[in-house]
Amino acid sequence: MSEPLLQVENLAKRFDGIVATDDLALTVAAGELHAIIGPNGAGKTTLISQLGGQLTPDSGHIRFDGHDITALPMYRRSRLGLARSFQITSLFLDLSVLDNVALAVQAHTGHSFRFWRNARAEAELREPARAALERVGLGARADLPASVLSHGEHRLIELAMALVGNPRMLLLDEPMAGLGPEESARMVEMLRALKKELTILLIEHDMEAVFALADRITVLVYGRVIATGAPAEIRSNAAVREAYLGEAEAEGTGHG
Amino acid sequence: MSGALTIRNSVVFVLLAALALLPLYVGLGGNIFVLTLFTRIVILAMAAVSLNLILGYGGMMSFGHAAYLGIGGYAVGILAHEGIYSGFAQWPVALFASALFALVIGALSLRTRGVYFIMITLAFAQMAYYIVAGLARYGGDDGLTIYKRSQFFEPVNLSNKVQFYYLCLTLLFGATYLVYRLVNSRFGMVIQGARSNELRMRAIGFPTYRYRLVCFVIAGTLCGLAGALLGNHTDFVSPSMMYWTRSGDLIIMVVLGGMGSVVGPLIGAVALLVLEELLSGITEYWQIILGPLLLLVVLFARGGIDGLLAKAGAKGQP
Repeated sequence: MSEPLLQVENLAKRFDGIVATDDLALTVAAGELHAIIGPNGAGKTTLISQLGGQLTPDSGHIRFDGHDITALPMYRRSRLGLARSFQITSLFLDLSVLDNVALAVQAHTGHSFRFWRNARAEAELREPARAALERVGLGARADLPASVLSHGEHRLIELAMALVGNPRMLLLDEPMAGLGPEESARMVEMLRALKKELTILLIEHDMEAVFALADRITVLVYGRVIATGAPAEIRSNAAVREAYLGEAEAEGTGHG
Repeated sequence: MSGALTIRNSVVFVLLAALALLPLYVGLGGNIFVLTLFTRIVILAMAAVSLNLILGYGGMMSFGHAAYLGIGGYAVGILAHEGIYSGFAQWPVALFASALFALVIGALSLRTRGVYFIMITLAFAQMAYYIVAGLARYGGDDGLTIYKRSQFFEPVNLSNKVQFYYLCLTLLFGATYLVYRLVNSRFGMVIQGARSNELRMRAIGFPTYRYRLVCFVIAGTLCGLAGALLGNHTDFVSPSMMYWTRSGDLIIMVVLGGMGSVVGPLIGAVALLVLEELLSGITEYWQIILGPLLLLVVLFARGGIDGLLAKAGAKGQP
């Protein structure tokens, strides 16, 4: 097998003595949808923040597509084709939906020291943005201020923004968080379509979605990997059942 | 900005037309003092327009913007004092010195956020104030009289009040148009994106620091030009031009007129300074009236006067 698209070795990060990432190793092959699950506080968001570049690891290495990106700033990673969406929706709420996505397009079209032409009239920016919005089903909402859209729609804008750069890999931090059942199902369909085209690292609490979508699953507990494997293996792994799935099922019945 | 005939557009049009025709009124026997007052208003409006670029569009709450007024003014004053009267020398020096100051201040202060940014810009401006106040050769605390206004080619004569007014007005319109182009360009989209959500801008691939820095320098340079005009207007420069309360006045103009609206600061400058003039004619305690008025605008009109006008127009639509 060729080199994996993303390779993480000996990654460690601590905050004031709390070990958030503990000697973590992870490989994601090109083309797979790799899910990361784990109970609250397992360090999932800390991990994805280190992959995306918001946090710098204390030690260890992250390689992406043959480059050592451990110390690269966020914008350089994004230019290499590693796009991230945020768990907490992080948009430009005072700009229009189309402006939001057009800014993501603009990020991929060279420097922006262009001071005169009206950017909102540039087809090079607006057309790919409209296309991405059509792709996630928000074409009709493009000209509204982002602040008036629903939470579920915000998640879709996030996805559209991640898509416009034609990234090779998407880091998705709980794309289903806070979505109703209908919106969740729509998101699952969207991801199922997307995984045919790019590599996805998915952090998600929605177990049904994870087991439906993932090619491989890594289980994280207290910053350590306790198991990695195909969904079927993870489902039958005793340690995982004990550490996580049992808890989730108990939670599930509690809610049900 | 749409071309439709809304209340807002009508008000803006009337304001611009009034500014353009003002010397006519004075020529027809009106009070010459009005022209002097409005020359000052136009110059400070230009400073407010430049502040709006970083404050309204960039979200950079600079509390030291008056420093550039002083730097621009002193560039003219110091050179005139040394016998260099040519505007072709004075004005480029004013612009360059302001740009350089903005570059240094910006490079340091843009690494901070929020209250720290406000305090550090304030601190640098006050530093400039005390440095200028210590320049004994150029009058120190007492300031420096400019005996001869900037010289350009014939027939341009800055001592002619009407000519000078039109020069200031042209530069104000030019600056406003420049800001309008800037904020709608790709550069402007980056600046506004960074105001709205800087972390996200970096995550999608923008090195925001350098864009914000360039924006900061453009705003400082524009304000330096206003400073060169102000020095010529008053025939006098003093450290008080760059005192922190002056920076506060500029912020008030921007907030009053409407942050992040291209014509907002122009409206704000006219409203604030005319109000100040009228109220101070009525009572010496005019600030007691002005203060609550400003408070009302901040509390009930988030978009400033321009925002109010736009809203009034929207209500009128079916």
